[in-house]
Amino acid sequence: MPRRAASSSPANQPANAPSSSLASGKGGIAIKAPSIRPNRLSQFFSTSPKSKTEPQSAQAAIQLASGISVPSTATPPISSASLSLPTISLSTATAGNPNMDEPPTTLFQPPSPEEARRLAKQHAQFGPIGHHSHRYTSRHPGGAFPEPVMDEPPYYYLLTTYISYLILIAFGHVRDFFGKRFREENYRHLKPQNGYGALNSDFDNFYVRRLKLRINDCFERPVTGVPGRYITLLDRATDDHNRHFYFTGTTTDTLNLSSYNYLGFAQSEGPCADISEETLRKYGIVSPSTRAEVGTQDLHVEVEDLVAKFVGKEASMVFSMGFGTNANIFPAIVGKGCLIISDELNHASIRFGARLSGASIAMFKHNDMHDLEAKLREAISQGQPRTHRPWKNILIVVEGLYSMEGSMCNLPGLIMLKRRYKFHLFVDEAHSIGAVGPSGRGVCDYFGIDTNEVDILMGTLTKSFGANGGYIAADRAMIDKLRATNSGVFYGESPAPAVLAQIMSALRIINGELVPGQGEERLQRLAFNSRYLRLGLKRLGFIVYGHDDSPIIPILLFNPAKMPAFSHEMLKRKISVVVVGYPATPLVSSRARFCVSAAHTKEDLDRILTACDEIGNVLQLKFSTGIAGGAVTGDVTAPPEMEKEWRRKRELRVVPPRWRIEDVIRRGVQDVKSPLY
Amino acid sequence: MDIQETQRLLSEYLHELADLFHRVPGSAIFLRYVKSSYQDDPIRSAVELFLFLFALRYLMAPKYSTKPGVVQLSEDEIDDLVDEWTPEPLVGKPTPLEAMEVEKRTVIVGPVGPKSKLSNGRTVVNLGSYNYYNFNTNESLKEKAIQTLRNYGVGPCGPRGFYGTQDVHMKTEADVASFLGTASCIIYAQAFSTISSVIPAFSKRGDIIVADKGVSFAIRKGIQISRSIVRWYEHNDMEDLERVLAKVTKEQARKPLTRRFIITEGLFESYGDMVDLPKIIELKLKYKFRLVLDETWSFGVLGRSGRGVTEHQNVDAAEVDMIVGSLAGPLIAGGGFCAGSEEIVHHQRISAAAYTFSAALPALLSTTASATINILQNSPETVTQLREHTKAMWAQLDPRSDWVYCTSAPENPMMILVLKPEVVAAKRLSLDDQQFLLQDVVDECLANGVLISRLKTLQDNFEPKQIVSPALKVCVTTGLTRKEIEKAGTTIRHAITKVLSKRK
Repeated sequence: MPRRAASSSPANQPANAPSSSLASGKGGIAIKAPSIRPNRLSQFFSTSPKSKTEPQSAQAAIQLASGISVPSTATPPISSASLSLPTISLSTATAGNPNMDEPPTTLFQPPSPEEARRLAKQHAQFGPIGHHSHRYTSRHPGGAFPEPVMDEPPYYYLLTTYISYLILIAFGHVRDFFGKRFREENYRHLKPQNGYGALNSDFDNFYVRRLKLRINDCFERPVTGVPGRYITLLDRATDDHNRHFYFTGTTTDTLNLSSYNYLGFAQSEGPCADISEETLRKYGIVSPSTRAEVGTQDLHVEVEDLVAKFVGKEASMVFSMGFGTNANIFPAIVGKGCLIISDELNHASIRFGARLSGASIAMFKHNDMHDLEAKLREAISQGQPRTHRPWKNILIVVEGLYSMEGSMCNLPGLIMLKRRYKFHLFVDEAHSIGAVGPSGRGVCDYFGIDTNEVDILMGTLTKSFGANGGYIAADRAMIDKLRATNSGVFYGESPAPAVLAQIMSALRIINGELVPGQGEERLQRLAFNSRYLRLGLKRLGFIVYGHDDSPIIPILLFNPAKMPAFSHEMLKRKISVVVVGYPATPLVSSRARFCVSAAHTKEDLDRILTACDEIGNVLQLKFSTGIAGGAVTGDVTAPPEMEKEWRRKRELRVVPPRWRIEDVIRRGVQDVKSPLY
Repeated sequence: MDIQETQRLLSEYLHELADLFHRVPGSAIFLRYVKSSYQDDPIRSAVELFLFLFALRYLMAPKYSTKPGVVQLSEDEIDDLVDEWTPEPLVGKPTPLEAMEVEKRTVIVGPVGPKSKLSNGRTVVNLGSYNYYNFNTNESLKEKAIQTLRNYGVGPCGPRGFYGTQDVHMKTEADVASFLGTASCIIYAQAFSTISSVIPAFSKRGDIIVADKGVSFAIRKGIQISRSIVRWYEHNDMEDLERVLAKVTKEQARKPLTRRFIITEGLFESYGDMVDLPKIIELKLKYKFRLVLDETWSFGVLGRSGRGVTEHQNVDAAEVDMIVGSLAGPLIAGGGFCAGSEEIVHHQRISAAAYTFSAALPALLSTTASATINILQNSPETVTQLREHTKAMWAQLDPRSDWVYCTSAPENPMMILVLKPEVVAAKRLSLDDQQFLLQDVVDECLANGVLISRLKTLQDNFEPKQIVSPALKVCVTTGLTRKEIEKAGTTIRHAITKVLSKRK
C-alpha cells in the first residue's frame, strides 16, 4: 500500500509529497522515524520564518513555532545541550571566517539528529500552529439556533444505493445457499447442533457475515503508539476475504482524522505525560478497589472538584469508563413511574442505562423541539399509560454533540421548554466537553447558558482530555445521594492515578493554570480547524452534516460500495478516516466521518481537502445542491451584515458549489470566520 | 361571481385536466379499457364507485391514535394540566444508611499499598484493597507502565472498532487466552461492565438463563437487560440446579430449540464461596446448556498459578463456554475480559455494547495486565504465599470469633464475615442495624490501625429481589508479613467483640 501512495500523493503539497514517497521508498519495519522526520523538519523550517520578525531568542522562536510543550523544549538538559552543540561546532568550523565575532544573523541552527527526532516525534503528536490567524473562538453567535440544513443528493444516488443493498443482499443469500450446503463448517454457530441452540441467530448474523465482512478491513484497524496528529497503523493483509488478518510486519504513518482527540491531549510527552508519569511513580499503577470501599484517593477527590469547577457545577463524580457512567446513572435517578424522553439518536450507553432503570422510555425526533413539545404535552396530559396517574418526573436526555451527525443539541430551545414543562434535563457531553465553547466547557459554555439550568451534566474524559472514563456533575445534594445509590460507585473499579493525572493536567492546561496560553491555543485551533475543514468540504461540493462549530464532520457517501472505496483511497493518501454505514446510520446515509483535532495544522487540513477533492471526483461524491452552504461567495454584492438577507433572496437560484481546490485553500482562512451557511 | 362564470371556469379546468390526462403515455389504453368494461355492467360500475368513494373517505379521515385509553383533551385543558403538574425531584433525601455511606468514605492519600496513609494523616494496615500480591507498588511493573505511557500516551482516544485497537490490546488478549487455555479472548475497558454486556450479546428475548440466586449485581444487570426467560436455583445447590435444568428441559421439549445458559460465578462476589465446577460441567453437558462462568473474583487468585477456578478444580477451560473475568483486581490493571471459542469472541466484537460503544482500555493498563499475568505464570510461589497468608488470617477470625463467621472459601483472600444467625436473632438486628454495627466495627478497626471495609451492595429493581446479608470484607495481601497479618486479624477480632458485646 505505501508503494502506491508515492504516485498518488497530492501534487500541490510539496511539504508532504517527499515525505510519503520517502516513506514508501524505505518500506521496511523501521518506517516510523524516517517517514516523519524530513516531513516535520521541512515544516519546521517553513513555519518558522513567520515568527522570525519577533525579536526573540532562537530558543523562544522555536517554542513559538512549535507552539506547545514549553517545558519539554526549555527544561530538559538533553535538548539544551543538543541545541548548543551545533553552535559550538559551527563556530569552530568557521574559525577563519572574518565575521566570526558577529552574532549569528540567522535564528536557525541546524538541529542535531537527536533534537530533530525529538521534534519530529513531538510534531507527529501535535502539529505546530502555522499562522496566528488559524484560530477561532467557538461560540454561539446569538439568535435562534439554526437547524442544520439537510441536503439531499439527486434521486439517482438514492436509487442506486437501494439497488446496491438489494444486490448485496441477493448475493448474500445466494452465497449462503451454496455455503450452507458445501461449506457447512462455516455455519456451525448459526444452526442448532447436538441439542444446543444456535449460538447466533442466522438472521441477525446475515448483515455481519455478508455485508460487513466485505469491508472488514476498514474497521478495527490495529494501531500502535500515540493517536495524536498522526497515527501509526500496523499493516495487515488477508488471505480469506477479511475473515482473518495477518500482519505484514510494516507500519504506515497516517494523518489521524479518526481519533476523538479533539484538543490534542493524546501525547506521550509534554506536561500531561510528565505529570502522569510522576503520579504513576508516586501513587502506583491503580487504586485496586471500588470507589465505595477503599478505592478513593486524594487524587479522586481533587479531580472531582476540578471537574465540577470546570463544568460549572457544585460537585461531580468520576468513573473509570464512559459507557459505564451512562449505563449506571439512570437506574439511580429514575425508576418505575418516571418517563425518559430521549433523542432518537442518543448513544447506545444511554439506551442501555435507560433500559436498566425500569422507567418508561419515549423518543423524539433528532433535535426537533416541536416534536419534543408535542411529546411532552401528551405525556403530561395523559399521564402514565392505563392508570393515567401523573408521571413522577420526566427526564429529557440529549447529547451535547452527536457523534455520527456532528450536530449539537438545541440547548436554548430545550431550556425554553424546560421552563414551561418543568422536566429534568440530562445532557451527555461525551463529545462536546472540551470540544465546544469559548473556554471548552461544553454546550452550556457554547450557548452562554447558566449550567444551573441543566440538572445533570455527564461527560467523558476519554475524548478531549486524552484520558479515560466519565463523569457526572450536578448539585452537591444530588451527588451525595448518588454516591450512595449509583452502582458504578459500588462495583466499578476506581480510575487509575495516571489517568486521573492526565485529566487533571489537561483540565489545568485548558483553564490556563498550567502553561498559560496553551489551553486557549488548543481550543481556538480546534474551532478554526473544524470550521475550516467543514467550509472547505462544503465548497468542494460534499454533503456535510452538522453544525458549524462541531469538530465532528461527517460527509455523506450514500452508496455502500463507496465506504470501502473512500476508506482505501484515503489510506492510499495516508489519511485514516472512519467510515460508518448501516446499522450505525440510516440505511441510505452511509458516511465518512472526520474528527478534527487541535493537533492538526492548516497544511494537514489542506492535505485532507485535496485528497477529498480527488476522491470526490473519482467516486462521484460531490452531490451538494448548495442549500447547506458553501456556495460561491465571490460575487457577493451586499455588505457582510446584509449578506444573510441577500443570500435568502437568492435562495431560489442556489448554484451547487463546486469550487476548485486552489480557491478553497486560498479563500478558506478569511471566509471561515463568517457564518458558513 | 355568478353560476355561469363558475361553470365556465369549471369546464375550462376539466378540459385542462382531460388534456393533461391525455398527455400521459398509456392513457388511451386505460381509457379504452375503462370504457369497454363499464359499457354493459351498471352494477359493477356502482360497486366500484362505492369502493372508490370509501377509499377516498378513508384516506381523508382524520388521523387517530391507536394507543388505547387516550383521553381527548383540548389545548387549554392540556395547558392547565401542564401548569398543575409538579414533578418529584430526581433524587430524594438520603436515608441514614446512605448518609453514613458518604460520610464514612475512606480517602487514601498517596499510594495504595499494604500500608496506606489516610486523609486524617494516620498510616494504617490496608486490608481493604484487592492488592493481594502487592503488585501495585512493584517498581518493575511501574517502570513498564511508564514506558508504555511514554510510547502510547494515556488514553486510546477511540473505541476499538475505530482505530482504538492498539497492539498492546491484542497482546493482552492473546496473553489471557493462552494463560487460561482458551482459543480466544476479548478485553473490555471496565470489569464491572463486562459481564452485563456479554450476557445480552448472546442471550436474547426468548432464550433461557438458569442462574444462581447469589450471583453478583453485574450479572443480574446483564440478565435484566437480556430480557431472556430466567430460572433461578438456590445458591450453590447442585441438586436444585439439576431440578431446575430438568424442569426447563421438560417445559421446553416441544418448543423450538433456543439458546440456554447456566450463569454462575467462580468465587461469589457477595458470599466469597466457590462454585462446584465439575458438577456444573457434568450437568451442563447432560442437559445441553452453555456455561457462562464469571471469574471476576477468582481469576488471578485460585489455582496453582492463579488461572482461576478451572485450574483449581482441574477443569479444562475449553469446557466452559465463556469465562468472564477481571483484570482490575489483584492484577492491578483495569478492564475485564471474556475468553472462549473464536466464534464467541468474534460475535462480541460487533454486538457487545460495552465493547463496541466504549473507548478502549488505556494502553498502560493493558501492558500491566500482560506483565502481571506473566509474573503469576512464572512464579506460582506468589500464589502459594497468598494462600498461606489467607490461612493465617482465617485462623484468626473464623474459628475464634463468637460473633461472626466467614462465608468465603478457605482459599479466597477476600474474606466475607457475616454475623452469626444466632447473634442476629438474639439481638433482633434488622439489615440496617447490622450495617451500622458493622460500620462501627470498621471504625473501631481503623482506630486500631487496620483498614477493612464492609461488603457494599446495592438493592436493584430487578425481581426477584436479592437480599445479601451485611458483611465485613477483609482482603489479605502478601505485602504484609505473616506476623502482621496475624496481628491485624487479632485487631479485627477484638474490634468485632468490642462493638458487638456493647450492643444490647
